[in-house]
Amino acid sequence: MSYKIPTFRHPNLPKNDLGYTSKDYEGAVSTLCAGCGHDSISAAIIDAVFEMSIPPHRVAKLSGIGCSSKTPTYFLGNSHGFNSVHGRMPSVATGANMANRDLLYIGVSGDGDTASIGMGQFVHAVRRNVNMVYICENNGVYGLTKGQDSATTDIGSTSKKGEPNALEPIDLCSIALQLGATFVANSFSGDKDQLVPIIQAAIAHKGFAFINVISPCVTFNNVPGSTKAYDYIRQHMASTNTVDYVPFAEEITAEFEEGTDEKVTMHDGSIINLHKLEMKHDIHSRRSALKLVQEYKAQDKVVTGILFMDEHSQEIHETMNTAKRPLRDLGTKELCPGAASLEELNNLHR
Amino acid sequence: MKPTDTKNPEYFHKVVDCQYACPAHTPVPEYIRLIAAGKYSEAYMINWESNVFPGILGRTCDRPCEPACRRGRIDEKPVAICRLKRVCADMKDDIKSMLPKIPKNKNGFKLAIIGAGPSALTVARDLMPLGYEIDLFEATSKAGGFMRQQIPSFRLPAEVIDEETGYILDMGVNAHFNTRIESMKDLMAKGYDAVFVGTGAPTGRQLKLPGFELDNGKNVQVGVEWLAQVAFEHVTETPKDVIVIGGGNTAMDCCRTALRLGAKNVKVLLRTPISAMVASPWEIEDTQAEGIPILENHSPLEYIVEDGQLKAMRFELIEYSIDDEGREVFAPTGKEETIDCNLVLLAIGQANAFPWIERDLGIEFTKIGLAKVDDVTFQSTNPKVFFGGDAAFGPKNIITAVAQGHQAAISIDMFLKGEELIERPDPSTNLLSQKMGIHEWSYASMVTEEKRHLVPHIDLDEAINSHKTEVELGFDAKTALEEAERCLNCDVETVFTADKCIECDACIDICPVDCLTFTSNSEEAELRRNLNVPALNLGQPIFVSDHLKTGRVMVKDEDVCLHCGLCAERCPTSAWDMQKFLYIAPKPVKR
Repeated sequence: MSYKIPTFRHPNLPKNDLGYTSKDYEGAVSTLCAGCGHDSISAAIIDAVFEMSIPPHRVAKLSGIGCSSKTPTYFLGNSHGFNSVHGRMPSVATGANMANRDLLYIGVSGDGDTASIGMGQFVHAVRRNVNMVYICENNGVYGLTKGQDSATTDIGSTSKKGEPNALEPIDLCSIALQLGATFVANSFSGDKDQLVPIIQAAIAHKGFAFINVISPCVTFNNVPGSTKAYDYIRQHMASTNTVDYVPFAEEITAEFEEGTDEKVTMHDGSIINLHKLEMKHDIHSRRSALKLVQEYKAQDKVVTGILFMDEHSQEIHETMNTAKRPLRDLGTKELCPGAASLEELNNLHR
Repeated sequence: MKPTDTKNPEYFHKVVDCQYACPAHTPVPEYIRLIAAGKYSEAYMINWESNVFPGILGRTCDRPCEPACRRGRIDEKPVAICRLKRVCADMKDDIKSMLPKIPKNKNGFKLAIIGAGPSALTVARDLMPLGYEIDLFEATSKAGGFMRQQIPSFRLPAEVIDEETGYILDMGVNAHFNTRIESMKDLMAKGYDAVFVGTGAPTGRQLKLPGFELDNGKNVQVGVEWLAQVAFEHVTETPKDVIVIGGGNTAMDCCRTALRLGAKNVKVLLRTPISAMVASPWEIEDTQAEGIPILENHSPLEYIVEDGQLKAMRFELIEYSIDDEGREVFAPTGKEETIDCNLVLLAIGQANAFPWIERDLGIEFTKIGLAKVDDVTFQSTNPKVFFGGDAAFGPKNIITAVAQGHQAAISIDMFLKGEELIERPDPSTNLLSQKMGIHEWSYASMVTEEKRHLVPHIDLDEAINSHKTEVELGFDAKTALEEAERCLNCDVETVFTADKCIECDACIDICPVDCLTFTSNSEEAELRRNLNVPALNLGQPIFVSDHLKTGRVMVKDEDVCLHCGLCAERCPTSAWDMQKFLYIAPKPVKR
């Protein structure tokens, strides 16, 4: 088995605004099973960050435990990384973000790491609107422990071995919506045309951006009876919208169709150009998004695209009125203002 | 685009750039792997089957394979294919037992072969094992033709020629040396079933300037003829000042040989700039490394002969350019230069001449004095007479002569069996999966970053002492292994089975050179633009699969594929597989 990728690259590989090629955003060779959806998501993250010309050293990637949480090794090899305890990525991400608000935080988790052991952590990161991208690589199975049903397995879905699942699944998009997430999207690892601009929109979003990506497990859950198999998703996927991400200061070249297209300007000046395929749905309405998910589910369909976004959201630093600069940029005087300042602060609350 | 028909042997053949570029289509990666495995004799035999003279070609080939090598498109330099060929010749064991058996009972057909150069010997090699009886006529005392007469020994030692021509002569060819055929009519009257003419392009062109008559052929000599005299030791020394006129490989051979025969002051003079020289770059480099000046833009005007002795040559300096129609323009500058010399060697091209072929034998000739020869069958307008090598289409090179010899042999065999010559036999091909287990291949799929190795030379002072001391030493086993490892195994093809593909993107994500794309199908020009990295090298094909489940197609740009096998390694359904494609060029076979 190859443990190394040849170093040669296509001589005509495009360069981004920083002069980097996508090679500069790659990581180590994946050790996941051949054909794992997670690898496609890693590739989509590489594409998204490369195209946005984000310097690799300005990104921190965080994860918990699981197949999905192994993947940060396989992308952005020149970025910061933290592999935390199972389900505890949101806490570490929150802490890191509090200490240094200038980095881009990409959290990668799975259905076990998010919907089971990490549920208590996940919901609070959403609630606090931590400024980060949270990608849940959702394959509906515990791959690393050899294929048990997970908390997101649909009722009646069968994996490679065992009985059809009898328990109600957790729908992570619905939960995120209900908890007040300010950006919620659903996508599929096998559709990079959709996934890459969604990741870019999530990166441009200020606040907690949640992307649930259905990511088939080729080893345990890519069988005819599974609702998270490549074939099933391709047959049951319905897009609510397609997205073009247009960086700030770049001319919009995508064709704009009156009535079906909607431009959303993000806080950094970039623009999300939404091509709406589902006219009834308003992506600024939480209620409409929740209804949409339920309606499609009732028809045995998986709705993908950006389900909800609030581009004016207030992220945790704004809410808490924290220092504008990362802690490491502050001097001793600012970090330890002395007993008198403490006394003054305490007096405010007496 | 229509799905690519990989059943057509030429599709995968074209992917093996080196083999495709080789006139004889030698399966290069196959023998390079054998060299890496230390199986030198087997590697030699793969070569011998295909190009007949591995030891000779491993030193002197024009190597069309190397500019074609895929490694050159991704790395700086191609694999040193030619020098690896020499390795298998240098390190092989006795291969006599591996040579084909010659039938005792002949097939009844009798051939005459005129000449003992590469094309003539190739015809003999191909037809002797089929039971032909062959009479071979050679004007000089030894076999090898151009290879012996005009390539100096410091590039190609005589022992190597003796050995490789010997394998063929020892098959039982009735070789008549020192026998110049003076009349084709007389020869044909002897009742041969077919005649092959492989007499090469023996005459170098003269340059008849003022003073030429005064010299009377003494010190103004045709380079190739002079080289032949050196090879046969009729010439053993040179005067002090020597001028070589011409910019091809023969000119380089002449000046380096003159240096070794005692010339103190050798110069090469060109009408063109150095950049327009036709000599192989490595030949020019070796010449310059020996300190021989190459003077450009000198157009010869006159031989200065005093008292019957050549004293100097007068040149006019010109300005060289290419006009709008691509023609060379030599504009006089009015300046002149006189350069001392006692010997002038002319290496300005070779001319053909067939004074010995009577014009009433049904063999038609073209205006430039060559026989009219079919460029596929190598048959002349007299169906019994075939031409090959330089005798057919003028001076080319050894490997082309060999390739033409193969084709002529096929034609002769088909002709005598009453078959249509234009229906050429098919190549034989074989496609075999290299899968050994999950993620394991039976070829070295890792791509090394090793740089191209230089062949060691003997010390310069020692080199120019003798024209017989070989300059290049050849690779040792360790260097050969490292150089062999640089081969990308382009013949291990990426074979795609559309109905196994689940479109998981794994291959696309892993491909280090971004040569794979899932996309909707369209016309070729548009498809090429739509790939992840646009396929701009139109000389390289793109592969288009059948329609996949989503209606898209898999497109692969063959241009810079490393054949690393990672697509197949990451494919969960084995829709990609690495399969070794062995293409054996057609040859006459026992039927």
